[in-house]
Amino acid sequence: MNLALSDEQEFLREAARGALSRFKTVEAAREGLEGGERPDLWPTAVDAGWPGLLVDEEHGGAGLSVFDAMLVAEETGRFLAGVPLISHLQATSVLNGSGHEALAAAAAGEQRAAFVPARPPGDRETSWTIDPASGLERAPLPVAAVDGDAVTIDGVAHWVLDAPGADLFVVPAQTADGTFVVAAIPAASVSVETVLRYDATRSLGHVTLAGARGTVVHAGPEAVERAWYVGQSLLAAESVGTVDTILEMALTYAKERFTFGRTIGSYQAIKHGLVEILRLRENARSLLYWAGYAAGDVPDEFAMAASCARTAGSKALDFAAQRNIATHGGIGATWEHDAPLYFRRAQLSRRLLGGAADAADRVAGELIAGAAGAAA
Amino acid sequence: MDLNDTPEQAQFREQVRGWLEAHRAEAPPRGGESDDEAYIAARREWQRKLAEAGLAGVTWPTELGGQGLGPIENVIVGQEIGRAGVPGILDVIGVGMLGPTIIAHGSDEQKARYLGPMLHGDEVWCQMFSEPGAGSDLAAVSTRAVQRDDGTWVLNGQKVWTTNAQFSAYGLVLARTDPDQQKHRGMTMFVIPMDAEGVTVRGLRQISGEAEFNEVFFDDVVLPADAVVGPVNGGWGTALTTLMFERLTIGLGSEAFGYRADRYAGPIAADPAAAQDSEVRHRLGEIGTELAAVRWQSYRTLSLLGQGQIPGPEAGLAKVTTVNAAIAAGELIADIVGPDALDAENEWAYMISFLPGLKSAGGTEEILRNMIGERVLGLAPEPRLDKGIPFSELRAKEKEAVA
Repeated sequence: MNLALSDEQEFLREAARGALSRFKTVEAAREGLEGGERPDLWPTAVDAGWPGLLVDEEHGGAGLSVFDAMLVAEETGRFLAGVPLISHLQATSVLNGSGHEALAAAAAGEQRAAFVPARPPGDRETSWTIDPASGLERAPLPVAAVDGDAVTIDGVAHWVLDAPGADLFVVPAQTADGTFVVAAIPAASVSVETVLRYDATRSLGHVTLAGARGTVVHAGPEAVERAWYVGQSLLAAESVGTVDTILEMALTYAKERFTFGRTIGSYQAIKHGLVEILRLRENARSLLYWAGYAAGDVPDEFAMAASCARTAGSKALDFAAQRNIATHGGIGATWEHDAPLYFRRAQLSRRLLGGAADAADRVAGELIAGAAGAAA
Repeated sequence: MDLNDTPEQAQFREQVRGWLEAHRAEAPPRGGESDDEAYIAARREWQRKLAEAGLAGVTWPTELGGQGLGPIENVIVGQEIGRAGVPGILDVIGVGMLGPTIIAHGSDEQKARYLGPMLHGDEVWCQMFSEPGAGSDLAAVSTRAVQRDDGTWVLNGQKVWTTNAQFSAYGLVLARTDPDQQKHRGMTMFVIPMDAEGVTVRGLRQISGEAEFNEVFFDDVVLPADAVVGPVNGGWGTALTTLMFERLTIGLGSEAFGYRADRYAGPIAADPAAAQDSEVRHRLGEIGTELAAVRWQSYRTLSLLGQGQIPGPEAGLAKVTTVNAAIAAGELIADIVGPDALDAENEWAYMISFLPGLKSAGGTEEILRNMIGERVLGLAPEPRLDKGIPFSELRAKEKEAVA
């Protein structure tokens, strides 16, 4: 049993931390809400080799594991850094085994890819769906018309991570007769409405594909399913990194703020809440190991492991963000304070990529299926 | 990330597995009643066999009958015993916690006299620290030991939550020996034969109606001078050693409680309406996530142990997570099954009744959170009103305040 990071993994993590610490990412998170410029962190990602993390070396990538990518995501979360990486890594994980011509440029970061996240069928919703604009009813996949290696796509996808400015869109779709197709669509053929919501560090877009023309990606539903869970795992890792920063912030304040003649951290009401952040973070971190391990070694467990990680990561981040504000009292709820920026991150994150509640539902679905299988 | 054994560990596991396969037919069933004398006798006999095979006292030094191995090997033995479907040793508290305390603080005579029979199950041990008036604030024990001119001690008082007392040969008892010192001083640890005159053991029934613990009463029990373990009036330090081993036992053993999400999914999968219900699924998903986290947390702990590191108090959070998730699971299942789930005959009733008490076992959740908040997160302790005051004065003040 050895879960210690390898020297290479330590290096990857330290390098990410070093690179991201050079930007005023937290200031940018606030200024971004006021219409300010957000730093373009893609060149940093390219310099560090992150775009090719999940691409095999023979295709110009680093050939690293999902767990390695999660280590980088943890660092972007730590700094609230708006690196358009999650969507790109999902897209490249689909392209990787497909032999698609766009792969090398995406691996090198010359082309930034975005992935239209399609949720795999489950025991309740038995078809592929994408996130709706609003409401609980999920939206159908875009419609594809295939002609040899050419494909035309029609549909609208909402809340696509990192869509603004992407060069290439990887789009799971379905033909009129229900055949599953993955398309690679160049940006020129796509209309992206940039949407800025509660957290300015999160680049989002509504993507309209109206007769959008591209090429078929030779990847099956299992590759898209994997990309969905890669996204869940990366979001979970990002959350754990953010919780690290939040806990540090709350602890610093709890040790220097006095009420009634003593530090507020000495009161059980504050102390126990901070220990709860620690408990939830350690639970989530433990599940990052499972997700990473399953992605590499036990693919059958990946859906369950990644869904557990997402559920725990989201819960930890939600709790930490709110507890941090409460620990700070009124000052923690002011515009000038950093605590609300983390709260904004938590609020928006839990509603992306299917939402955190959907991940918990998937965990239940897997457990119920397992129990039904054992009884049969 | 490597979940596999090192070659040395794999070889050790193979050896343990081989022995268990060859001898599993001799093992009693895993579960039995603690008042069934034949069952307890069979469990003692099984412990003897495990000890002779080197599967008990794995981490004890070899010169004291142990194997001189590390915590990882101990975990491997536990895993293989679980895998073989046989019970482990009967005296987990003795071998896991009290034996190591005697090894750390006892005299050579005490080690020679007590450790062998303890390890082999010939003499079972119990731990007598908690009292009706000393739980979270364990250092408030008021069981009193007074030394006579001939050097012997006379013990009076009451202990509670004493597992295995009804069939124990010996116990370690923490008693107040100098009430005029401040609270954490003035205590001493003693070995006490449970058949000594003046010792009364009474079963303590719990929510389920079953008595899994005992109360123990001492009425003028005479103990020899050499019953003292560690320094006179230095019993708190001796007790802390036991508590450290207790935390390690509970922290690593959380998964072994058997509170597993796949079990809880059974009654839900069996009820098609429940299996499709959003709220039920959400609750199950959260429970499943927490319990999966405990499993991987234990792998992280094992990995640390393998690198020679000792997990800190935060390892105790695994127990908090496990117990609370199991409580939530009991609630969920009973909500689906209905009142039948609470019937004594129902398979879930016992768990539902047992868990509220388990929440406080080995330290309440609140005390654990204090300890982690202070030692791991570095937060200041609450101001305390008992510092620097002799225990006798403290008690007088408490009585005055209540009056």
